[in-house]
Amino acid sequence: MNELILGIETSCDETSAAVVAGGRLVLSNIISSQIPTHQPFGGVVPEIASRKHVENLTVVIQQALDEAGVGLRDLTAVAVTHGPGLVGALLVGVSAAKAMSYALGVPLLGVHHLVGHIYANFLEYPRLEPPLVCLVVSGGHTSLLHLEGKRRRMLGSTVDDAAGEAFDKVARAMGLGYPGGPAIQRLAEEGDPTAIEFPRAWLGEDSLDFSFSGLKSAVINYLHRAAQRGEEPDHAAVAASFQAAVVDVLVEKTILAARQVGVGQVMLAGGVAANKVLRRELTARGKAAGLDVYYPSPVLCTDNAAMIASAGYHQLKSGEVAGLDLNAVPDLPLVTQ
Amino acid sequence: MRVLGLDSATNVASVAVMGEQHLVAEAWLNTRKTHSQRLMPMLAQLLQEADLTLADLSGLAVAIGPGSFTGLRIGLATVKGLALVTGLPVVGIPTLDALALNAAGFPGIVCPILNARKQEVYGAVYAWREGEMERLTEYLAVSPEALAEILDAYCQPVTLLGDGVPIYRQVFHQRLGNRLVLLPLPQLLGRAAQVAYLGLRALQAGRRDDLHSLKPFYIRPSEAEVRMAQRLAGE
Ligand SMILES: [Zn+2]
Repeated sequence: MNELILGIETSCDETSAAVVAGGRLVLSNIISSQIPTHQPFGGVVPEIASRKHVENLTVVIQQALDEAGVGLRDLTAVAVTHGPGLVGALLVGVSAAKAMSYALGVPLLGVHHLVGHIYANFLEYPRLEPPLVCLVVSGGHTSLLHLEGKRRRMLGSTVDDAAGEAFDKVARAMGLGYPGGPAIQRLAEEGDPTAIEFPRAWLGEDSLDFSFSGLKSAVINYLHRAAQRGEEPDHAAVAASFQAAVVDVLVEKTILAARQVGVGQVMLAGGVAANKVLRRELTARGKAAGLDVYYPSPVLCTDNAAMIASAGYHQLKSGEVAGLDLNAVPDLPLVTQ
Repeated sequence: MRVLGLDSATNVASVAVMGEQHLVAEAWLNTRKTHSQRLMPMLAQLLQEADLTLADLSGLAVAIGPGSFTGLRIGLATVKGLALVTGLPVVGIPTLDALALNAAGFPGIVCPILNARKQEVYGAVYAWREGEMERLTEYLAVSPEALAEILDAYCQPVTLLGDGVPIYRQVFHQRLGNRLVLLPLPQLLGRAAQVAYLGLRALQAGRRDDLHSLKPFYIRPSEAEVRMAQRLAGE
């Protein structure tokens, strides 16, 4: 019997619902992006995101059920992201999920957003199994995790900005608008990544932590100095050189992590995992280091509910069921067992 | 006909079941714990204690605003989740309409006021006429001073309700003097019973809101939208 899990994700600016069978087969994955709503503001506005979620959520859930050809009464459980993320946004999904789980009389599963991102890879590669090292990289996170059996261990994470945040801030400084990642990637395609030597923060030889605020400042200073001299900087070269600096650090530390814990598989997860240069460099340099490299298709890199349903399925199997007092936790720590 | 009412618009979390002849059950908490943690457990426990299930209900009513933005969304998202599964009809009830009913029968002007922060209150003016609470103004987000002036113009006894009372009572007292009459404290804050009652009346009158497009009545735009409008107006 294939368990049918309804997943709900409202942690940031995507309202998403999905139905996943048996933890690995995506029957539907509806993502309603709010990017056009937030674009005039130059970034995600939490109050507006929360307002949009409450207007969109049941429509998105109904679409997910219809597309999957699944009735509400066929559902085995309801899984929902309860953190980390924007608290007001999370609360919309959590409240609706609790009500649905109660009304259906099925288990409620509270999923950690990053665990969801990790499970996006298991949706993409059904035969992939730990042990492995996972780099979760998005607008809110830059973390290296060691997955071994059912255990998850945090190996390192950013001490300041998340990588995606650095993309957004640099994009804003360059007048590229929001979201920054795709805008920089597009511009960088026409630029020389070796044109400008931006700093890479290694934080010590064996460190698996990240820091991007120095790099971000270096780029902004570079733009300022050019402006003071009355010069028009080569924007494509700036974008390409900045991107190369971010990718360099992400790739080298991921490979270092695999070497340190002694695993042969690494995977990418999170919104920045959609970056083509990051995918290409990690694949090339990982292969040279004898590693198998995995990353999800772009749709599973963005915030989506299929990954939440998949993670929820595994929680259901191990009996990690939530109560009706489940709360949204904006800084929910990653459970490490 | 039985209607479930939910109110999480202010610090009060409350759930009630209203029948056609009488109130069946009500739970009410005005403590610090978050609505997200207590609303669903309260609802589940209340129905259980009343020997009811969702299948015994004929409709869902929710305090739709004004109020705390987050509180309103918790209530509405909960009701949407329940309605999506059960197919029960949903009605949104203006928070101030429900609160005004706490002063049913008062001979004069009834004015619920909710703390809207930024030195403002959400309020509206009502009068009890022929067994109905009649609303005399729009729903307002105004300074307590401006509202006191509006109330003064009616030249009648006035009673205030709501969580704005302990904060701004002096402002109104200064303007209205002994025309300001306060009711016993248990009547001060909103109750899901009133939401459920108004929901029952609305459903009996054949009203139902669209589950998908129903959204909170915020009165105010978000801060970001206000700043954006100011910037555009300045250009
Ligand atoms: Zn994410």
